[in-house]
Amino acid sequence: MNLLSLLILHSLLLLLLAPLLPGIIAKTKAFFGGRKGAPVLQLYFDLNRLRRKGMVVSPTTSWIFFVGPLLAVAVPLTASLMLPFGGLAAPVRFGGDAILFVYLFGLLRFFTASAALDTGSAFEGMGAAREVSFSCLAEPAVLLVLLLLGRLAGSFSLQQMLAPQQLAVAWPAQGVTLGLALVTLLVVVLAENARIPVDDPNTHLELTMIHEVMVLDHSGPALGLIEYGSALKLWVLGGLVVQLSLPPLLPTDLAATTLLFIAGQLLLALLIGIIESVMARLPLPRVPALLIGSGLLAAFGLILILR
Amino acid sequence: MTMNLLLTGALLLLVSGVPGLLLSRASGLGERIALLLVAAGTVCGLTGVAGVLRSPVPLLLHLPWSMPGGSLSLSADGVALIFLLPIFIISFCGALYGLGYWKQAEHQRNGRKLRFCYGLLAGSMALVVLAANAVLFIIVWELMALAGYFLITTEDDKEPVRKAGYVYFAATHLGTAALLVMFVLLGQTTGSLDFVKPQSLDGTAPLAGLIFFLALLGFGSKAGFMPLHLWLPGGHGSAPSHVSAILSGVMIKTGIYGIVRVAGFYTAPPAWWGWLLLVIGTISGVMGVAYAIAQHDLKRLLAYHSVENIGIIGIGLGLALIGRSYHLPLLTGLGLAGALLHVINHSLFKSLLFYTAGAVIHATGTQEIDRYGGLIKSMPKTAVLFVGAAVAICGLPPLNGFVSEWLIYLGFFQAVQHSSIGVALSAMFAPALALIGGLAVACFVKVFGITFLGNPRTEAARHGHEAPASMWLSMSLILLFCCLLGLIPWVVQPLLRRAILDWGTELHTAAATFAVARLPWLSIAASVLLLVLLLLFGWLNWQRHRYPQQRGATWGCGYQFATERMQYTASSFADTLVSLFSWGLWPQKHDCKVLGTMPTESHFSSHTPDLVLDRMVLPLSTHIAQACRWLRRQLQQGIIGIYLLYMGLAVAGLLALSSLLGGAQ
Repeated sequence: MNLLSLLILHSLLLLLLAPLLPGIIAKTKAFFGGRKGAPVLQLYFDLNRLRRKGMVVSPTTSWIFFVGPLLAVAVPLTASLMLPFGGLAAPVRFGGDAILFVYLFGLLRFFTASAALDTGSAFEGMGAAREVSFSCLAEPAVLLVLLLLGRLAGSFSLQQMLAPQQLAVAWPAQGVTLGLALVTLLVVVLAENARIPVDDPNTHLELTMIHEVMVLDHSGPALGLIEYGSALKLWVLGGLVVQLSLPPLLPTDLAATTLLFIAGQLLLALLIGIIESVMARLPLPRVPALLIGSGLLAAFGLILILR
Repeated sequence: MTMNLLLTGALLLLVSGVPGLLLSRASGLGERIALLLVAAGTVCGLTGVAGVLRSPVPLLLHLPWSMPGGSLSLSADGVALIFLLPIFIISFCGALYGLGYWKQAEHQRNGRKLRFCYGLLAGSMALVVLAANAVLFIIVWELMALAGYFLITTEDDKEPVRKAGYVYFAATHLGTAALLVMFVLLGQTTGSLDFVKPQSLDGTAPLAGLIFFLALLGFGSKAGFMPLHLWLPGGHGSAPSHVSAILSGVMIKTGIYGIVRVAGFYTAPPAWWGWLLLVIGTISGVMGVAYAIAQHDLKRLLAYHSVENIGIIGIGLGLALIGRSYHLPLLTGLGLAGALLHVINHSLFKSLLFYTAGAVIHATGTQEIDRYGGLIKSMPKTAVLFVGAAVAICGLPPLNGFVSEWLIYLGFFQAVQHSSIGVALSAMFAPALALIGGLAVACFVKVFGITFLGNPRTEAARHGHEAPASMWLSMSLILLFCCLLGLIPWVVQPLLRRAILDWGTELHTAAATFAVARLPWLSIAASVLLLVLLLLFGWLNWQRHRYPQQRGATWGCGYQFATERMQYTASSFADTLVSLFSWGLWPQKHDCKVLGTMPTESHFSSHTPDLVLDRMVLPLSTHIAQACRWLRRQLQQGIIGIYLLYMGLAVAGLLALSSLLGGAQ
């Protein structure tokens, strides 16, 4: 497959399928709540509706207010290029791309939080403060996982670290370590995507929100970009978990691997839906403990393979 | 020829403030002459740097000298180049910025002194880097330290400024004392006070460890490694902004230069050298940024960020030394390249931050972050410059800070792959680097958000104004460099290659380093990001024109009359993290409880004093001073007979001592 067709296929997969995930999560939660729930394709309808709306913009805001939404889509899209999607190789891959992958999301966080402060609202200030404070603790955890995977794969490129062939060898030999890494990654995915137990995307009280409160003042196409961006982010970060847990015994067929990857993404959405249905969110002061704890799990995993 | 160019550049910087001293206080001619001389010096210096880069071997200059212990030797090699580049560039930018920021017409009392010392500082820093003889080094080092003192105390009519200057003076001389001992020991080992070639001394020799430790102490107090950072927050906070910029961006790097230089003399150093630097770097990095988050004063906050960045450089150097101990050229190359590139990067974005902070202080007249707000509307250009510098210092792509941190991460990755657990365990420090990055983002979102975004919190912030052209020009120049180094980082590759080579590494190290660290890929990724961003921006703009946009007040849960005082403050923003780090910060909160159903007016304030300076060194010195005063009261009675008794006792004691020692011989 040449680079151009890979690039197009890779991006299309992300851009078209990502909005499915929030739909599946919502449907699962509706099922657990005994409701019928919104259709799985709801986010597609929402995005189409938001696209055609006029924006309401606070006179307090400046150009920073729009950089947040723009990066919300641009960052996951750029980061996704370094991530293999099942049989589809990462279009951009080089030693050290894993670090770029992590730091790109740092850039997104900087501007999302700044855009929130741009409105001058105390609620959004609170959300921004919580977002940047909790992410500080998630980042070391991700890095530990990356180091661990890097040591196993002998490479610092996500393509190599998450290659199914390589993982097929690693799982039987270092199952415990990889299991710990997987748990850590799952917690980080939940935290970074503003999911229970860290944040509740459906809460209705501004005081208790983290991520949702930062985007209170965005509307119309800008809100659409944010909603779309968070779906993309869920797909991209979730992709790490799925890629890591793809079954070890795989056909060499690229198409089958890719289909399995997509199925994995949908399953992950289902899992997140179940987690959200059976758990309550943690009180805010307990969140750091969860994140530090998950980081420590990865640290144990790393020590296990270093010895 | 090249060496002469470098020397001419340094001397031009050195004397740039002298003509101004001869002119009258009211004359603005002196500042223009000074700028012209600095510009000429910078051109000479940069041409010299390019010349050294072209020459295949390090340049040496030996002149006869009446001082004992070697000749007057100067040398310019790859390591020196890395430090010379920011010295010349930032000196020029600072002089240009100072033209608008510290006008002679507005500061008649201290303008000439400032420019004289600024020139001395800039020139002596260049000479520090060029010096290849211990005596010469100490002389220019001391010249630099004194110039720094007079720059910090520019506004010596203010009490806190004098205090900050005093702390700096004490700290820098303690450092120099350690350096004197170190150079004497080094001279004993080599037999000459001239610097030796890299990798020419045995790292396992008994004295080597002591020498390295003293170097770390002496140079570390200049660089600002925690807990030797105690002069930084006050010093950088009190000086005029362009002085803070050159002190924080460039002068503290001479400490790093010293450590790199001295460590480079040794071959196969023991592993604890690297580990010690790694630990100190991590402590400085994490605690530096944690203290920064807790600050309310814009310039003190930036000063603590220097401690953080010095920590990051220390981590890189630690990796390089571990690589050298275990003979891992790739680890050495990546750690050193990351550390040295961060030296250049930090000098750029930290200067820019201090310049923009200066513009903000210039416009509002206060350093309190909580008194700003909404400045992006009255100072749009400054806001762009600040946000650029903030993204760069947080180590975020696509700007330059990311590139150097990325190199260090690649070093960590080399370490984790190593089969020996001694090396592999050093990778456990990589998450600390990630934590530092995350905390830096939190800190700069706070500073940028509270300063530039939202509504103005005070009348002064409402009437902010853009900086004059010379300040603006100099800031834009630096932002341009930050962008260039971030978007096309491979332009510095030859420079880094040369530095790695001249640090005495094996021939293939530099080539191998950049075979692992493929810098052009970062350009590709950055251009993809910018392209996507541009497309989305176009789309959003198109949508905004297609569908009408309304203006409506910020959502306040239905409350319509929100005032600027109801905005989130810097202290509230930092609260979660400050309490998370309260074990190291010991923040103080002075609060009144809100009592009753109809509470009366109440006050709240929070404050985070420096753990080392305010809670350890100052109380300890106070106690020592008290003890000495008590002792003096006991000894000084004012009775002549008692003094005669002291003399008699002293003479008897000396006689006894000499007879005892004589007996021993």
